[in-house]
Amino acid sequence: MVAGTSMSMGSVILATIRRELLLALRSPGDVINPLMFFVISISLFPLGGGADTDFLSGIASGVIWVTALLAIMFSMDSLFRADYEDGSLEQLLMSPQPLYFLLLAKVFSHWLLSCLPIIILAPLFAEMLAMPDAGRMPLVLGLLVGTPILCLLGAIGMALTVGLSRSGLLLAVLILPLFIPVLVFGTGMVQAAMGSLPYTGLLSLLGALLIAAICLSPLAIGAALRISVN
Amino acid sequence: MLRVKSLFCERDDRVLFRNLDFHLSEGQAIQVQGSNGSGKTTLLRILCGLNTDYTGDFFWYDQPMAKSWPQFRESVFYLGHAPAINKTLTAEENLRWYCASRGLKNDISISQALAFFGLQGYEEVPCYMMSAGQQRRVSLARLKLTNASLLVLDEPFTALDKRGVQELEAMLAGFVAEGGALLLTTHHPLQLECPLQVIDLDKYNTEAEAQW
Repeated sequence: MVAGTSMSMGSVILATIRRELLLALRSPGDVINPLMFFVISISLFPLGGGADTDFLSGIASGVIWVTALLAIMFSMDSLFRADYEDGSLEQLLMSPQPLYFLLLAKVFSHWLLSCLPIIILAPLFAEMLAMPDAGRMPLVLGLLVGTPILCLLGAIGMALTVGLSRSGLLLAVLILPLFIPVLVFGTGMVQAAMGSLPYTGLLSLLGALLIAAICLSPLAIGAALRISVN
Repeated sequence: MLRVKSLFCERDDRVLFRNLDFHLSEGQAIQVQGSNGSGKTTLLRILCGLNTDYTGDFFWYDQPMAKSWPQFRESVFYLGHAPAINKTLTAEENLRWYCASRGLKNDISISQALAFFGLQGYEEVPCYMMSAGQQRRVSLARLKLTNASLLVLDEPFTALDKRGVQELEAMLAGFVAEGGALLLTTHHPLQLECPLQVIDLDKYNTEAEAQW
């Protein structure tokens, strides 16, 4: 019985991830738009701020993190919108399978689609912004651990506002304050590494935040979605 | 199996229904009637746990619903106004995810379920290319795949053609005859080959003043 349940749980998670990837394949705009935002806004900094490498390397970690954070926030809108409008969300909430894992699978697919490309491109932009080599590793590690937290927190805000027609600004006001610790630790890691200091402490803090977010935020997302369909 | 006791619901300072009591057991069908805005959809959504703006109690096999949500979700099939069909996915992909997200293992395949609703050959067609009636049929094909013992259907006949309506009626009657329970709203004159109880919500919103 237990084995059977866990097996079906695994197939539910896989089916959800498969569906989200298929949807992204059919309408790639939802995936490409945030990525383009990331690419374009970062490219503007050397043009607007001048090509002085000292200046650029000073702001590099902050620029990459802030742009990634905003790109993720913009990408959040596609997470529950279509499901809310076509009624799939109601079916999801009425599924006998644990909502916790269904939502976790959904957010994970979203991370895979919207954050992974950003993380892969980040070292390239670090190079463009003249970030010293020492900063590159903590930048990627920080993004790898930090962006899932942003997705999970963003999903809470999105779940709360999915029923509203123009939720963009409200979403920003709701979730940007929650993003700040991740931003501080993430950029702090890069600054520490560039100053030849250890950054594992900050990475552990981010890891702890990630574990807490994985444990708690699906519950909050579920509760928020129930309020939104009410 | 489902018992509703003195249910009260108010929306925007307007009483939709009050003192609503009914009992739905196996092999029984209930049609919820009422004029537009009388709260039919709200009632169905309350019973499915999608709306919580109510007072009153309801019971699932004599257990308070608060305790029996997991068992209830196992055995209920809900179809609302929205078809719950993602338009960029094909009919088959939609249904496959439905089955997977509910952990259903079926005797009949998805293409058989689609064929039953007259959609053979449409498995690979994205739903945005289908007509409203065909999308409704994709949505209804879930009826063939579900193992639910209670069907809660909100206007299931919308957008169906005459033959589709007859076939769905026959299917629902067969479901009730086999011991399933059916709760539906419709403005369409129902011709179900099974006993049908009617709840008229218009009768439940007026007696309020008399009581006070």
